[in-house]
Amino acid sequence: MDFTEEQIERYSRHIILPEVGGKGQARLLQSKVFVLGAGGLGSPALMYLAAAGVGTIGVADGDHVDLSNLQRQIIHNNNRIGVHKAVSARKTIEELNPDVNVVTYEERLTADNIREVIRDYDVVLDGSDNFPTRFLMNDAAFFEKKPLVSGSMFRFEGQLSVFKGHEDYPCYRCLYPEPPPKGLVPSCQEAGVLGALAGVIGVLQAVETIKEILGIGEGLAGNLLIFDSLKMSFRKVKVRKDPECALCGEKATIKELVAYEDAVCDLRTATK
Amino acid sequence: MAVKVRIPTPLRKLTGGADEVSVEGSTVAEVIEDLEKNYPGIRERICEEDGRLRRFVNLYVNDEDIRFKDNMNTALKDGDELSIVPAIAGGRS
Repeated sequence: MDFTEEQIERYSRHIILPEVGGKGQARLLQSKVFVLGAGGLGSPALMYLAAAGVGTIGVADGDHVDLSNLQRQIIHNNNRIGVHKAVSARKTIEELNPDVNVVTYEERLTADNIREVIRDYDVVLDGSDNFPTRFLMNDAAFFEKKPLVSGSMFRFEGQLSVFKGHEDYPCYRCLYPEPPPKGLVPSCQEAGVLGALAGVIGVLQAVETIKEILGIGEGLAGNLLIFDSLKMSFRKVKVRKDPECALCGEKATIKELVAYEDAVCDLRTATK
Repeated sequence: MAVKVRIPTPLRKLTGGADEVSVEGSTVAEVIEDLEKNYPGIRERICEEDGRLRRFVNLYVNDEDIRFKDNMNTALKDGDELSIVPAIAGGRS
């Protein structure tokens, strides 16, 4: 592809990196990334993906911007309170980089539509806030053969990994076979979360996504990164592909999307 | 055998806020026993009633998942680190 003068200037710090170059930048501009959740993790991830010139970004969130979101959801602002998060995210991205085509999904993502929604994308990023959605996203990514860049956080701690169960790597179910029963694991809403922690994990998700698109470096697939902000420690543990995984194992029993407890991934009621 | 156990944020209530504790044991099962003795209530957060590991909690000896070693019978050496890593879901909220 041919760059405009403006693009050459905008992406010059990328283009001069030998690992990216004009070819890599062109690849970014032609890539399509789907981001589930324009919240704590989605906000910084979306902004860096947009700044990097990812050509098409899908943003799914059924919620509206609330004042209590602004402690960490930096893609939104005071003037957007009450606005659909996906719409607010699109506005910020369009002001940041007009090269990006933003597709918004303001409806609920369910077992009935999620596969179709992610089908057109190259990489999917999970910034959701509940287990039913995480399992739904994992299973959909597996069936659609999409790399899944997954981040999560709790109070002062974050986890990050890349799942590629359709290849010779583990999926989320290899790591955690089933969601915990309701009530056993508190949500962020109940427990609080350090706002800037969302920045750390969300930006790392953007980094892994960009590496995935460019095919550079060593991806996190097969590892889980655990970040403890109070200790300022990053630790990596191994995640093995589980031969008995119900989704991606040799005798897989899950052949279609499973809707857990909440029945649908109700992004609207999941949090406030 | 002294083993260092890393306690994840959601379980620190049970260890008086400590993110790292030192307990005794030569297998993972023994370490969990000793952990429970010192910090009552912690076992049920990690294990099912029959003693198996809960499916949304993983234990790592150094950087290896015990499910891919000898599970609860995984042997521990002096100085090994056992990490408790529960699934966490937060992100969007």
